Amino acid sequence: MEYTDTELMVTAAAEQLEDDDSVLVGIGVPNLACNLAKRNHASNLEMIYESGTIGSNPSSLPLSVGDPVLASGAVGIESMLNGFSYYLQGGRIDVGFLGGAQVDKYGNINSTVIGDYDDPAVRLPGSGGACEIASNAHRTIIISPLEERRFPEEADFVTSPGYLDAETERADLGLRGGPDAVITDKAIMGFDADGEMIVERLHPGVTEDDVQAATGWEIQFADDVERTREPTDEELRLIHEELDPDGVYLD
Amino acid sequence: MSSVTTMASTISDVVDDGDSLYLAGFTHLIPFAAGHEIIRTGYDDLELIRATPDLVYDQLIASGCVSKVTFSWAGNPGVGSLRAFRRAIEDGVPNPIETEEYTHYGMVAALHAGAADLPFMPVRTFAGSDLVDQSDAIRTVSSPYGDDEIPVVPPIKPDVAIVSAQRSDEDGNAHLWGIPGEQKEAALAAETVICCVEELCSTETIRSDPNRTLFTADAVDHVVEVPYGAHPSYAQGYYDRDNAAYLEWEEVSKDHEDTQAWLDEWVYGVADRREYVEKLGAERLLDLEVDSKYATAIDMGDY
Repeated sequence: MEYTDTELMVTAAAEQLEDDDSVLVGIGVPNLACNLAKRNHASNLEMIYESGTIGSNPSSLPLSVGDPVLASGAVGIESMLNGFSYYLQGGRIDVGFLGGAQVDKYGNINSTVIGDYDDPAVRLPGSGGACEIASNAHRTIIISPLEERRFPEEADFVTSPGYLDAETERADLGLRGGPDAVITDKAIMGFDADGEMIVERLHPGVTEDDVQAATGWEIQFADDVERTREPTDEELRLIHEELDPDGVYLD
Repeated sequence: MSSVTTMASTISDVVDDGDSLYLAGFTHLIPFAAGHEIIRTGYDDLELIRATPDLVYDQLIASGCVSKVTFSWAGNPGVGSLRAFRRAIEDGVPNPIETEEYTHYGMVAALHAGAADLPFMPVRTFAGSDLVDQSDAIRTVSSPYGDDEIPVVPPIKPDVAIVSAQRSDEDGNAHLWGIPGEQKEAALAAETVICCVEELCSTETIRSDPNRTLFTADAVDHVVEVPYGAHPSYAQGYYDRDNAAYLEWEEVSKDHEDTQAWLDEWVYGVADRREYVEKLGAERLLDLEVDSKYATAIDMGDY
């Protein structure tokens, strides 16, 4: 069965979620992944959105994290202050999804500026809740296409801390968790004991050379690199017929 | 105690050049009608504060009335970047703007400190982020109870907050349902508060369900009844988000001249929100209608 890179990213991200996880969902691939996981292996997944909706069960595709469909039928709705303090900072979020313009070797993420902060080539939207998600979720999953400009050895700006410079311990800064997986359109990466990114799975048809060519540093490969599982027919049917019938996020 | 007034008289009475303004809301109930009235009234030195500057701040920036933006996420929600905001920062068009940057939690914690009259608020965010180096506002203190260090944010107290709710009584006791965002913290942190509502209701309605009240008349100085005042954002249970308008802004705002033409047509070209709504037309409004889905009534008990 034919599938796109985006569909593979959705099924790969869904696999990272466990039943009973509470997850801070982002728009696009993370939202599709969470809703897919909930319909399959993680029916008790609790979906929380940055807007403060708790236990959302969207009947149609949300186009922003504050859509009315996330509020209707939720089990609770919190203010931003309560959501960020009691839920995220309080340690009640197992998984957070993050994306950004740049992801570096240690999983630090830039969503602030390309170039110099005071005279940026590109002004990006900024942290939003990303810095506190990176700081307080028990584990984070990074979603990004793999391209050399998006995966530099060192980010222009660290908006959201990953494993820092690999010398500083996250715990010493009061940071919980850390990046657990990076889901790209070519491979899935994890992090070694020092906090350096390591390729663990290659997508079907992708070689180690392809991954290296799209990465801004000499990236490590696990000794036993595996192949990413292809989406099943049923997963593709759910994605197309129920989760994103208009193909908004399935380019 | 507040007074019910019109949008035009409220804005010109309350907002002075040089003021700091917080137009509140997280995707839900964004006070577009108030933002457009600010543009029509005409300013050139406003500081805009908000966790999520979106289209209304992009429009205010494009109109040239803004000198500073304090924010945590400046984007077109679900679509992409804010192009007028970027043009002002990257190219100084129509004028350069100063920025001050927080994270979402940092911003709402700073509003909380402002509302609760605290000197600062400790937060478990910013550590390990380069944002700390770019802001004098974000500092670190040692815990008085241990060896830990923790980042802190200062109180934010806007001169004016413009907040919204589905309904309030004439005094400004307001019922909000759906996503409250930071509406309450903004209302309680600000010096002067304008509350925009979809409809006025009786005080009896408010008193029938006091848990629904997000802020009381104590916090509100001016009440403005403005149906569809949040379009193209939404009012839960009243009308849906006009997603097409967010996508359209992505195209319109790519070019400064096109942006000005849009402002001429949709802001300067109409007298008030009623004319804007008439211009939108019945078909577009009907597309945004939502079916009813009532909450189960609760029993407060007759004591």
